[in-house]
Amino acid sequence: MSDRDPPFRPDRRRLLTGAAAAGGALIGARMAMAQTAAGTPDPAIVNLPPWTRYLGDGVDARPYGMPSQYEAHVVRRHVPWLTADPISSVNFTPLHELDGIITPNGLCFERHHGGIAEIDPAQHRLMINGLVHRPLVFTMQDILRFPRENRIYFLECAANTGMEWAGAQLNGCQYTHGMIHNVMYTGVPLRLLLEEAGLKGSATWILAEGADAAAMTRSIPIEKAMDDCLVAFRMNGEALRPEQGYPLRLVVPGWEGNMWIKWLRRIEVGDQPWGQREETSKYTDTLADGRSRRHTWVMDAKSVITNPSPQAPIRTGPGPVVLTGVAWSGRGTIPRVDVTLDGGINWHRARISGPSLDKSMHRFYFEFDWDGRPLLLQSRAHDSTGYVQPTKEALRAIRGENSIYHNNGIQTWAVNEAGEAENVEIS
Amino acid sequence: SREGGYGLGREALPEEIAAWDIDVRPDGQGLPPGSGDVMTGEALFVERCATCHGDFGEGAGRWPQLAGGFGTLDSEDPVKTVGSFWPYLSTAIDYIHRAMPFGDAQSLTADETYAITAYILYLNDLVDEDFALSPETFASVRMPNAEGFFDDDRDVTELALFSGEPCMEACKDSVEITMRATVLDVTPDDGLAPAE
Repeated sequence: MSDRDPPFRPDRRRLLTGAAAAGGALIGARMAMAQTAAGTPDPAIVNLPPWTRYLGDGVDARPYGMPSQYEAHVVRRHVPWLTADPISSVNFTPLHELDGIITPNGLCFERHHGGIAEIDPAQHRLMINGLVHRPLVFTMQDILRFPRENRIYFLECAANTGMEWAGAQLNGCQYTHGMIHNVMYTGVPLRLLLEEAGLKGSATWILAEGADAAAMTRSIPIEKAMDDCLVAFRMNGEALRPEQGYPLRLVVPGWEGNMWIKWLRRIEVGDQPWGQREETSKYTDTLADGRSRRHTWVMDAKSVITNPSPQAPIRTGPGPVVLTGVAWSGRGTIPRVDVTLDGGINWHRARISGPSLDKSMHRFYFEFDWDGRPLLLQSRAHDSTGYVQPTKEALRAIRGENSIYHNNGIQTWAVNEAGEAENVEIS
Repeated sequence: SREGGYGLGREALPEEIAAWDIDVRPDGQGLPPGSGDVMTGEALFVERCATCHGDFGEGAGRWPQLAGGFGTLDSEDPVKTVGSFWPYLSTAIDYIHRAMPFGDAQSLTADETYAITAYILYLNDLVDEDFALSPETFASVRMPNAEGFFDDDRDVTELALFSGEPCMEACKDSVEITMRATVLDVTPDDGLAPAE
């Protein structure tokens, strides 16, 4: 028998690849296969696997590549009971499966109010009207002839973590914190388009409007519009995904996701806010006394530990653990993140790795040796203004439990002796 | 920016602006010409709206409730409707015209929009049954929660409180778990980690 004989008969090989194709459900089992008894040769090494013997797909097989079949569990998920229907609804980015700071386009959470508009870019127009010297219509070709900028920003839904105001509810950071993504946008500064139309002296507000079946609208002060807003047509280098506003969306750095109007078709310039549905009935924050904050635009400093977390338990037992998570602030950068393993009795400085960019996600790590005893994990972000992420208790003391939006309170995961993590609140 | 601009785009025509610029402001700017009364609105509401919002705006199933909820905003479970919560009448006109019925947006005429809005006001006891809503009567309607909103005050009420060097060591004596998500058990099954 030659050394190069196939280690498996074909039927055996088919069985293995077929089973592995079941994906996530077998991750644990596959990891367990790596544990071999002392002195027993590892079959993953001594057996010749099919991918080493046989040829794989050619370069013509995957014109637009997709993740490995073994990553099939890394997907957006939704919670059916959250909304009346899946059209005006939200899904969640699988934060616990990601690393670094860039969210892959296909995993960026979605929030629509009238479903995904499927727009032919040749039929798309952007109008600027109102208090301008010359109302204008742009085609996509026109937009692509303006000078461009590339910027990495987080987009966080105002309702991210909103289900957790009254207590621990959903079990996983994908659900508690996954209404966020962080990508590089390529676009034209909104300022250049407004200047092309020429602002009148009385111009103090803009109204941005989408082309979808909700014709989504939000009022934005002119200072923000002229500062850092972009009219973006690319994310992470490629065209926007339809669910992210293809062919054109507004980028409103640091501010609540609702204002980042997708399928952007119109900018009206005016001299007062429009009091639209999405800034009166929605995206206003009701306090305990029944009064409501409005125009709560900026997203405050926030963080979450993504691993370990309920969807990403410690499977390896005691010993070295890589604790990691993400932090961000609508007011600037994140120079520091603290983490605690004991529910906030003692804190440690985490290590930030990767770029620290204004109004962008930051990635932090804290490596420690786990002794196998229960843990109460928290992270606490500091932003470049000196703001320190508050506890949920501190927020509720000011706002009550019914403000729906803007929950940036510190998240706690309880890890038990088995390494399983749970969303909890602690004293 | 550059002097004189880039010369890109072309001037929008009045018909084009009229087709897209349908927004209505709290001061009434943008109200389309037209009129609609409560009784006309009731018939339209039953035909176009009641399947989701209920015959009386009470909301069917999980669909939004449009009427009632007065006096609940400071309660444990606020019921936020057009009557109990919305500060501006303009918002109702604008939103119904712009985005309703859900799945058939911008199919209502200005008259139909006024009539349906008048009926919703009637369901909220804000107008009488002979009321007709139009640009002329728009300002006569008082929205109960018009004074219930104030501009973001976090800079004043929260920023200072949440700034400064926090405790790093021996910050508390003990910690207890006070609430667990698994007790509620409302997380979708497929969201959990793959089984071992």
